[in-house]
Amino acid sequence: MGLALIHHLFLAATAATDNTKGLTAIGRGIVYGGAAIGPGIGIGLVVGNAISAMARQPESAGVVRTTMFLGIAFTEALALFGFVLAFIISG
Amino acid sequence: MNAFLAVDVPPISHVTIWGYGPGGFNKTAAIYVFATLATILLFVLGTRRKDALVPAGLLQNTAESGVGFVRSQVIMQTMGPDGLRYLPYLSTLFFFIFFSNITEIIPGVQFPANARFAMPMVLALATWVIFNVVGVVKQGPIHYLKNSLIPPGVPKFLLILVIPIELISTFLVRPFSLMVRLFANMLAGHLILVTFATISAALFAKSITVVIMPFSFFLLVAMTGFEILVSFLQAFIFTILTAVYIGSAMHPDH
Repeated sequence: MGLALIHHLFLAATAATDNTKGLTAIGRGIVYGGAAIGPGIGIGLVVGNAISAMARQPESAGVVRTTMFLGIAFTEALALFGFVLAFIISG
Repeated sequence: MNAFLAVDVPPISHVTIWGYGPGGFNKTAAIYVFATLATILLFVLGTRRKDALVPAGLLQNTAESGVGFVRSQVIMQTMGPDGLRYLPYLSTLFFFIFFSNITEIIPGVQFPANARFAMPMVLALATWVIFNVVGVVKQGPIHYLKNSLIPPGVPKFLLILVIPIELISTFLVRPFSLMVRLFANMLAGHLILVTFATISAALFAKSITVVIMPFSFFLLVAMTGFEILVSFLQAFIFTILTAVYIGSAMHPDH
């Protein structure tokens, strides 16, 4: 299935018709989708652990929340690089 | 089908463009003028009644709770009492970014000015200059470079690997990721709102597709509410990261 798709894409890219726009869209999708995998897992880990920390020690919720936002911000940066890169790709 | 054309992702040259109109004055610049004036007016008008013990009025309540928020949630959590001298800069930064983000959901404007990356870049460079100057002044140039390039407790033979990584991450990636974080979050939110608005408009037709219109319209309303949260959160994160960077330049890890 995957090989057939790649073969089809290759044929489409080498054919006489201009498929630049469609291939650009596919490339953007792959770039952003790939860039979102890791940060998605990472943000899940950060928030999940922060919630269990807050549930164990409710009095430390303020500090944990601030640190959680910092962790989210650092993790999320990679996904946003992918988002910007998807814009930079142009046909 | 024409309504779907607005969903097309613009090329990068359209994202970076700055000037239309006289002197390059466009909607983005107008929103920044509004944000600047709103920040100045909030603090000028909100702090006139200094003597009054009980704060009253929308402006004074907003200004005082905003400054209190930056003081207790941003500075005390990251820098400690030493950082209180940066309270004016950080509160101004917070309110300026918030006012230029919140235009994203104001009807009739509906555009976050920070979705064009000129001003996020300027603010990130300002942060970069401030934390470097603070580090050099507080620790001296040699100590500052040594403390920011060599983390404590790293074995000697790993230094050849650690020093380039720390150099890149401290002096290049920090300002770049500050800029990209603010810009990309606002642009992504704006694109989501545009997408659901145009889809709702295109589905609002005399055909069978009108039955799925309420779903995209519901998501449009829900996303508008979510973008209020994002506007606030991005202003908060930019401010707190500035505070963290200044704090790490003031108190190095030992």
